[in-house]
Amino acid sequence: MNHSLIEKSAALLFMLTFIVISIGGLVQIVPLFKIDTTVTKVEGMRPYTPLEQLGRNIYTREGCYTCHSQMIRPFRDEVERYGHYSIPAESMYDHPFLWGSKRTGPDLARVGGKYSNAWQLAHLIHPQSVVPVSIMPSYAFLKDKPLYVDDLNLHMSALKTVGVPYDDEMIASAHADLEAQATGQGATEALLKRYPKAKLGDFDGDPSRITEMDALIAYLQVLGTLVDFSEPDASSATPSK
Amino acid sequence: MSAAATSLASAHGADDRQTIIGYNEDVVRAFSIATVLWALFGLAVGVWVALLLAFPGMNVGEFLTFGRLRPVHTSGVILGFGGNALLATSLYVVQRTCRTGLWGGPKLASFLFWGYNAFLVAAMVSYPLGLTQSQEYAEPEWFLDIWLTVVWLTYLAIFVGTLAIRREPHIYVANWFFLAFILTVSVLQVVNNAAVPISWTSTKSYSAYSGVQSAMIQWWYGHNMVGFWLTAGFIGMMYYFVPKQADRPIYSYRLSIVHFWALVFLYIWAGPHHLHYTALPDWTQTLGAAFSIMLWMPSWGGMINGIMTLSGAWSKLRTDPILRFLVVAVAFYGMSTFEGPLMALKPVNALSHYTDWTVGHVHSGALGWVALMAFGSLYHMVPKLWSTRLWSIKLVEVHFWLASIGIVLYITSMWVSGITQGLMWKAYDEFGFLQYSFTDSVAMLHPYYVVRALGGMFFLAGGILFAINIFMTIFDAPARRRSDAGLRAQLAPAE
Repeated sequence: MNHSLIEKSAALLFMLTFIVISIGGLVQIVPLFKIDTTVTKVEGMRPYTPLEQLGRNIYTREGCYTCHSQMIRPFRDEVERYGHYSIPAESMYDHPFLWGSKRTGPDLARVGGKYSNAWQLAHLIHPQSVVPVSIMPSYAFLKDKPLYVDDLNLHMSALKTVGVPYDDEMIASAHADLEAQATGQGATEALLKRYPKAKLGDFDGDPSRITEMDALIAYLQVLGTLVDFSEPDASSATPSK
Repeated sequence: MSAAATSLASAHGADDRQTIIGYNEDVVRAFSIATVLWALFGLAVGVWVALLLAFPGMNVGEFLTFGRLRPVHTSGVILGFGGNALLATSLYVVQRTCRTGLWGGPKLASFLFWGYNAFLVAAMVSYPLGLTQSQEYAEPEWFLDIWLTVVWLTYLAIFVGTLAIRREPHIYVANWFFLAFILTVSVLQVVNNAAVPISWTSTKSYSAYSGVQSAMIQWWYGHNMVGFWLTAGFIGMMYYFVPKQADRPIYSYRLSIVHFWALVFLYIWAGPHHLHYTALPDWTQTLGAAFSIMLWMPSWGGMINGIMTLSGAWSKLRTDPILRFLVVAVAFYGMSTFEGPLMALKPVNALSHYTDWTVGHVHSGALGWVALMAFGSLYHMVPKLWSTRLWSIKLVEVHFWLASIGIVLYITSMWVSGITQGLMWKAYDEFGFLQYSFTDSVAMLHPYYVVRALGGMFFLAGGILFAINIFMTIFDAPARRRSDAGLRAQLAPAE
């Protein structure tokens, strides 16, 4: 073929380049939305509670993902260190994903329940107080910032728009659910019915108010706890890769 | 137009500046000055965040923690330094190789300059405030993304428009690469940033994608920002400035055709190698690895074409430090595109992923290839834009060695710390228990992080000399033009 044809036409060069750069992306991305095996539904996965979701937003705001991954690979050492390897369904309600690319700190995909709320609080206030060699910054300021919840329903609605299955009842009771989870009081039964396995209680040791610290710890404590890998059924539901 | 450039120039007598009639060199001057300023900013923040990892006590308050500043560094160098360098050189090259001014006129070009740099400033302010999409290299929130998309499509229109009104029959090879870069980035930007804001008056949005799909699209984006922004665009730079500075033609025309089409076709597939052994379906990972290996060939095709352009002119490397910047950049390109496919192999990736090895690899490309190519190109271009000679060649020499020492310190410390991390995480003792706790692998990092920060300081010091040299060249240009003109008049033969 005579290449000078292409070199002499800006339109031809533009079109051919566009076609050539499109192929790879189309082949790799489009099927992921179509093939059932991309994400196999598993028992236990549910959307985040309003408090957990706002905690997740603090996690992204602070750039925690720059040092912590949330993706356990299927290696013996990782499974022993962090727990069962991560499966696709576990991040199906994550907009966007937070798998991360760097482990300056440890993986957090299954940090939920690994430490007490008090440990998490002490660690976030002054990491070196519990992990002397830690190079993590202090996040003490989260304890002094009341959690901003005025636009909570907007958050829920936007997540619903992008595909998280929040129903009208969940959106309508978002404020009540948030309060119930952060204080451990009030309509906790309704909360647990909507969001099974939600951890209840005052997370930051200050029952008088709901802070950003409450939300972040609530988020950390749910990570990796929703799918029960001790049941044989759960692991057989794991899609074979 | 481009007040920064104009005020600098006019304060020192713009009258005697030779502007090639019809070319819009004002906007190229403005982008060149912005390149220097963003280089200083991005490199300085890089040194700062490196220090934060070595000395975590330096994290102060709420706004300046490592997590919030890391994107200030990455955006500062990639979008700020690299982006302005690409805009400056692509607009310079496209006019000269098409022998025509920019399509759309000076107002549109001026919008491009101010629009792009306003975006950068807004992004740098937004990250410390905690506004981020938390997607690497795509951190700016939805309202900034819309603004960047408008600016970028303007750039695409100006570039393609200029190609269309060219007065040369052929489109020069550098412009193929610039076009592929601008076009691909437009596609990446729009697709990866699809998001739903929680309201039109809120800064917060949620990505349209979740989990596996979100990961795949992000790394399709992320890897092709490397492939097109930091590679194709800078290869465009190479294809103009290496032959110009060496005063030799491109080594092989045929090779440039083959490696262009192979590069733009293959790069797009390589993204999933960032997601090896994750919950991404295995077939996608395998495709990513296979295409990463194939990328070896077009990458080295580009390197060979760049370096072999010097054949017959190797001696110039001894005397011309600007050429040395350009050629060593191409050599680093060869090295990091050798290392990259290696790390994309699944068994190697099992060790290297999540460690500092990745950081070292990125910087051998970013410092060695991208930054050196940008420095060399500006050293060549700025004197031409201001119709003068470079203020100090000696300083270029010193810059070269400072930069080289900085790169070596950086990448060797990250190799050692990265591979050590990977090995420690996987080590078992004789009883079959994990040998090291995670914190052991953190405690080990400190000396390497100090050396890395030191490497960054060397590189930044070189960057400061670069800035001094460029600005002195600009400030000194009118006086030098006058004395050169006087000299020429004296030397004119008597009639």
